[in-house]
Amino acid sequence: MPQGSPSGAHLPHGVIDDRVAFEDYALDGFYDEMFVGPGVPRPGCERLAERLAELDPAELTLRQRAAELAMLNIGITFNVYGDTAGTEKIFPFDVVPRVVPAAEWAVLERGLKQRIEALNLFVDDIYHDQKILEDGVVPRHIVETSKSYLPACQGLNPPRGVWIHVTGTDLVRGGDGQYHVLEDNLRCPSGVSYVLENRAIMKRTFPKVFEKAHVRPVHTYPSKLLETLEVLSPNAGDPTVVVLTPGVYNSAYFEHSFLAQQMGIELVEGRDLVVDGGFVKMRTTQGLKRVDVIYRRIDDTFIDPKAFRPDSLLGVPGIMEVYRAGRVALANAPGPGVADDKVVYAFVPEIIRYYLDQDAIIPNVPTWLCEREDDQRYVLEHLDELVVKAAGESGGYGMLIGPASTKAEQAEFAEKIRANPRNYIAQPTLQLSRAPTLVDGHLEGRHVDLRPYILYGDQIHVNPGGLTRVALKKGSLVVNSSQGGGSKDTWVLAEDNS
Amino acid sequence: MKYMLSRVADSVYWMSRYIERAENVARFVDVNQQLLLDQPDAEDTQWAPLVAITGDTELFEERYGAPTRASVVRFLLFDREYGNSVVTCLRSARENARGVREIISREMWEELNRAYLLVTDAARNPDPVVEDPDTFLRAVKDACHQFVGTMLVTMTHNDAWNFMRMGRVLERADKTSRIVDVKYFTLLPTAADVGTPIDELQWAGLLRSASALEMYRKRYGRISPQRVVEFLLLDPKFPRAAHYCVHLAEASLHAITGGRPGAASNPAERHIGRLRAELEYAEVEDIVQVGLHEWVDAFQTKLNKVGDAVHDTFFALDPVGAGAASDEQ
Repeated sequence: MPQGSPSGAHLPHGVIDDRVAFEDYALDGFYDEMFVGPGVPRPGCERLAERLAELDPAELTLRQRAAELAMLNIGITFNVYGDTAGTEKIFPFDVVPRVVPAAEWAVLERGLKQRIEALNLFVDDIYHDQKILEDGVVPRHIVETSKSYLPACQGLNPPRGVWIHVTGTDLVRGGDGQYHVLEDNLRCPSGVSYVLENRAIMKRTFPKVFEKAHVRPVHTYPSKLLETLEVLSPNAGDPTVVVLTPGVYNSAYFEHSFLAQQMGIELVEGRDLVVDGGFVKMRTTQGLKRVDVIYRRIDDTFIDPKAFRPDSLLGVPGIMEVYRAGRVALANAPGPGVADDKVVYAFVPEIIRYYLDQDAIIPNVPTWLCEREDDQRYVLEHLDELVVKAAGESGGYGMLIGPASTKAEQAEFAEKIRANPRNYIAQPTLQLSRAPTLVDGHLEGRHVDLRPYILYGDQIHVNPGGLTRVALKKGSLVVNSSQGGGSKDTWVLAEDNS
Repeated sequence: MKYMLSRVADSVYWMSRYIERAENVARFVDVNQQLLLDQPDAEDTQWAPLVAITGDTELFEERYGAPTRASVVRFLLFDREYGNSVVTCLRSARENARGVREIISREMWEELNRAYLLVTDAARNPDPVVEDPDTFLRAVKDACHQFVGTMLVTMTHNDAWNFMRMGRVLERADKTSRIVDVKYFTLLPTAADVGTPIDELQWAGLLRSASALEMYRKRYGRISPQRVVEFLLLDPKFPRAAHYCVHLAEASLHAITGGRPGAASNPAERHIGRLRAELEYAEVEDIVQVGLHEWVDAFQTKLNKVGDAVHDTFFALDPVGAGAASDEQ
C-alpha cells in the first residue's frame, strides 16, 4: 500500500451529476475487479477510479463510440460463421480497462510457466514413451480416445522438444477472487491482435487516463513471437518464416493478417505452398522459394491432406513428411490438442506433479468426469446447477449452462451424456468476477475472464497483459466473441506501490 | 522486395484494376449523360450504345429487356449480379484487398473501405441516384482518386506497388478507348450534323468525361474530332491517354522483372513492348483510315493479350476456394 493516504481511495461524496458516479455502482455480491466496496477502489485501482471519476459519462460514451468506429474503419473485425453474406462484425470494445496488480500478475506468470512446461513434457511423453500412461497417472484410454490425439505424430521430434509454442490460457476468478485455469487452448489460440489493438486505441482515446498509470507494455508481442519462431528454423541462415491462414473467410483472418504485418513476414494460404524436392516452398513471382518455419493457424488435421483429412483444401499435401524429416518447422507442432481435451484437462494438476514434482500454482476448476459412474450420477442429478461441456469442443460451442437452461435442453444433454459419457465433463457454474463496464452511459458490473498469451521458444515468455473478455449481456457468463462478448484493455501494473 | 507471393501479386493487381474499372464505369454513365444533355430530343434508345461498349449486351437484355435510361444506369451502377457494375467492382476490389491487408498501407485499406461503404449505401436506395446520378458519379470518381493518391503517398514503390500500377493503367487504357468508342456509337440526329456545333459539343462532353477537357485545350485549343482521338489515344503525357497508360504499364513491368525496354525476357514484356511501340509511332490518320471503332477493337484485343501474358508469367496458380475450417479457440 502507498505511504500516507492513497489518492482517490475516498472519492468525493455526493458525486455530481456530470461525473462518473461510482457510489451507485452495485457489486451485487460478486468479486469485483475494481472495487472492494461501493465507491472504494481496490489497491492499485485508485488512480484509474480517480481519473474515471473526473470524466463526464456522456464523454465516456462518446469516446467509446469513437473507438468502435475506428475499429470498423480499420477493419478490426471477425467473420460470423453460418452467415453467408460474409458479415463482418467488430468485437465490441469496452473503454474501462481491467487492472491486474503486479503482485497478482507475478503469481499468474509463475503459474502459467509451470503449467506450459508440464503440458509440453506431457505431450512429448505421449508421442514418445507414454511413461505417464504406463504409470497409470492418466488413464490410457482417455488419451487414446481423445479426438485430438494424433497417432501420426508418434515419434516426432520437434526442435528442442517444444511442441507448444503459442498458448492462450483462459483464466477465471470465482467469488473469492481465486484465479482458476478454465481452458488451456494449446492449438490456435486467437485474440492477441485485440490485446495490441485495444491498447493502441486506449492510448489514443484516453491519453489522460493512461498517463502515469505504470502499465506494462504489450506491444513487444509480435517481435517475441517472431523470435520464438525463428529459433525453430532448421536452416542455419536467415530463416524464412510465414503465417499460414485458412484464408479471408476464416473468423480470425484479421488477426492472421495483422500478425504477419507486425512481424513483417508473408501471410500465406495453403495454395501458396507446395512440397518440392523435399522442402516446403512458396509460389512467388520469381518462382519457388523455400520456407523454413510456418506459424500455422490451421487445425492439425487440415494441415496435410495426405497425412490427415484427404478432403482438406486448406493444407499442403506432403508437408508432414517434410516436417518429420526436420526440413520445416511448424508452430504449434501438430499433436498438442490431446492436452486440450477437457477430460485430460482434469488431470493437469497430476500432470504437473508427475513431471515437475510441484503443486499446481493456479488451480483447475473442479471437474466431474461423466465417464466415472459416481461423477455421472451426480452430474445427471444436478444438470440445472452445473456447466456441462463436450470434451473436444471449444469456443463456447457444445455447452450447457445449467442455471440458464430449459428442462428440454437438460434432457437433451442427459441423453448425450448417457450415450457418450467419455465426451462430457461438468463443472460448477462459477460466479465469475465482474468489472465495471460502460452500459447505456453508466457503469455496471459485467462478468469477465482473462486470456494471457504465452510463448515457448528458447524460454517461456508470458506477455504482460492479455485479453479480458467481457460478457456484455447483463448476467451472462459467456464471454466468447461468437456469443455476444466484448473485450477490454488489460493493465498489468509494473509495480503496486505507485 | 526480393519476391512476392504469386497470389498476392494477383490480388493487388486485380484490386487495382477493379477500382479503376469502377471509376471508369462511372465515367461511362457520365459521358452518355453529357452527350444526351446536349441533344434536347434525345430518347431512351440513346442508352443502348452504352451497353454495347461494355460488351455485355446479351446479359443486359436477358435481365432488363430494351435499354432505357433507368435500366442502363441501374445495370451499370448497382446490379450486384453484373460483374462489372460499380458496386460489384468495388466489392471485388475489397475482397482482393482483404487477402493482402498486410501488403498495402492501412490508409489504402481505409480509403477502399470507405469507397465500398459509399457505394453499398447508395445501392440500398438507388432511386435518387438513378434519377440524378451526377453527385454520385462524382463521389465515386473522387473516392477512386483518393485511393490512388493514398497509394502514391503511403506505399513503398516496391513490386506490389508496380503490380498495382500496372493493373490500374492497363485497365484505364482499355476503358479510355471505350469512352472514345461511345462517340462512334452515338448517332447524330442526321448525317449532315457531322462537324456541326452539336458534334463539337459532343466531343467536348467526351473530353470532360475523361477529365481531359482542360488539358486538351492547352494542347490543341479548338475541338476537332481527330485531335480529340489523338489526345485520348496517342498522347504520351496525358495520364488517361491509352499510349501513356501502356507506357506506364511497361515501366512497371520492367521495374518488377529488372528488365529494360527492347530486351523482352518473357511473353508479357514482348506483348507490351510491341503495343507500346505501335502507339508511339501511330498517327491519328492511320486510326481514321482503319476506322476508329475497328482500331479500338484491335487495340483492346492486344491489351487482353498483355493481360493474359501477365497472368501466365506471374500469377498462374490453380484457384482453390478456402473454406472456414480451423480450430481457432
